[in-house]
Amino acid sequence: MKLIIAYIQPERLNAVKQALFVREIYKISVTNALGCGRQGGYIHMYRGATEEVTLHKKMRLAIAVNDDYIEKTIDAIIEGARTGDIGDGKIFVLPMDECVRIRTGERGPEAIG
Amino acid sequence: MENEITSAAVQTNLNVVWTLIAGILVFTMQAGFALVETGFTRAKNAANIMMKNLMDFAAGSLAFYVLGAALMFGATKADGWLGWGGLGMPSLANGEGAWDWTFLFFQTMFCATAATIVSGAVAERIEFKSYLIYSVLISAVVYPVSGHWMWGGLAGEASRGWLERIGFHDFAGSTVVHSVGGWIALAGAMALGPRIGKYRHDGKANPIPGHSLVLGTLGVFLLWIGWFGFNPGSYTAGIGSIGRVAMTTNLSACAGTISALVTAWAIMGKPDLTMALNGSLAGLVAITAPCDVVTANAAILIGLVAGIFVVLSVFSLDRLHIDDPVGAVSVHCVNGVWGTIAVGLFAAPVASSYGNTIAGLFYGGGWKLLGIQSLGALSTALWAFGMGSAVFFTLKKLGILRVPAKTELKGLDMVEHGQDAYASFQFFSNT
Repeated sequence: MKLIIAYIQPERLNAVKQALFVREIYKISVTNALGCGRQGGYIHMYRGATEEVTLHKKMRLAIAVNDDYIEKTIDAIIEGARTGDIGDGKIFVLPMDECVRIRTGERGPEAIG
Repeated sequence: MENEITSAAVQTNLNVVWTLIAGILVFTMQAGFALVETGFTRAKNAANIMMKNLMDFAAGSLAFYVLGAALMFGATKADGWLGWGGLGMPSLANGEGAWDWTFLFFQTMFCATAATIVSGAVAERIEFKSYLIYSVLISAVVYPVSGHWMWGGLAGEASRGWLERIGFHDFAGSTVVHSVGGWIALAGAMALGPRIGKYRHDGKANPIPGHSLVLGTLGVFLLWIGWFGFNPGSYTAGIGSIGRVAMTTNLSACAGTISALVTAWAIMGKPDLTMALNGSLAGLVAITAPCDVVTANAAILIGLVAGIFVVLSVFSLDRLHIDDPVGAVSVHCVNGVWGTIAVGLFAAPVASSYGNTIAGLFYGGGWKLLGIQSLGALSTALWAFGMGSAVFFTLKKLGILRVPAKTELKGLDMVEHGQDAYASFQFFSNT
């Protein structure tokens, strides 16, 4: 079991959702995030005043998967999120100790489903 | 006696005061449009839409003053097809009691209303520069030319347009203002194409929910308030009839609200706020032409039909893949035409208290008025849709009509203007 966390450009979310959907990966949670990677943020000007490091808006995806879905999930995120430009984002794959479905009490790979 | 108070002088000043107040109410509609359009679209484009509503008023008012007013209200040059009064209307009378400036102010607000209708239909994807070019052209040329055909005579016998001469009746602008704006909006939406993600591969429409129905609702109420200047103000006189026109206007708006609600409820299974709001506006647009010549009961009927039309039109446009984010075409074009036709059906001599004797089909007037109204609606459609298409498709050819896909996805606020409308708010930023 792994937890896949990805930071992507907000405008790529629909494409990523689509790519996951065709691979039958439906369980996903998404939150707003602010951050910067190699771009080092951007310079923002407002009414003539500049702010030097401003964080970019990103989307954070969290997807819990069983082992046979790890590569499929990574492929899907790359397919949807990659534009070739700086700022496309990163994928982190984390080990996951346990998963519990609250409604039924199922545990482990069963709970991921 | 220079300072003698005569009843005529009091009436003149009353006319000025009422017309000016009505003009200010019509200006309120700018705020209404801005809020409706912003509320019905996504947060990432909110500053852009506010900006467009601000600029079409500012640029449009100047353009109408410099050129548009002369084309609309100058003396007729070609049998009522075009007026010319010189740049900036040098003939405007000055001095105590001069009516011209009040009239020009009032008419400027109407021109600005037509101009701002379009911004909703082209929202979330039009290039800002192109919108500025369009704003100047509609206010300087498109609106004034067709306006001259129907309203030129408001400035005097010498400037009567060809449609007025044959008996065309559009009291406050279902055609002159709303369907002109609506037809251009249709041309704009067609030239631009749909927003990214609006239509799926299977042809069905995706919902792209507006980010604040609270702002949208406030906008509709502001427009509604504005209409009490738009219609009763179009007498440009402080007379008894203004109250009756306020009533016909309100009845139609309420009827439109309810019938749009019921129609949408029947089709979609839920009472949809956005459709009910479109219905209010549909009723208001439809009653604008006939508000002074129909009975109160007919006003209700006109509004009920308008509310059905607006919902069916929204669905039909989606089926045709014409993406109009706020329903501007369904409200202003479809119901502008309906209101104009409604004059030919419901005009009742009994309803008029202002020396009006026209009668529609249902009141023994025969087919003649209906024919004239249809001719007016059709000729205005050809002119406005034709000119709108010419402007927008030319901008498209020049490659400056639509923002790049990446800009559209990121939102026009940050990319075109470098400003967020809601800088310290969290909203779901992918939509």
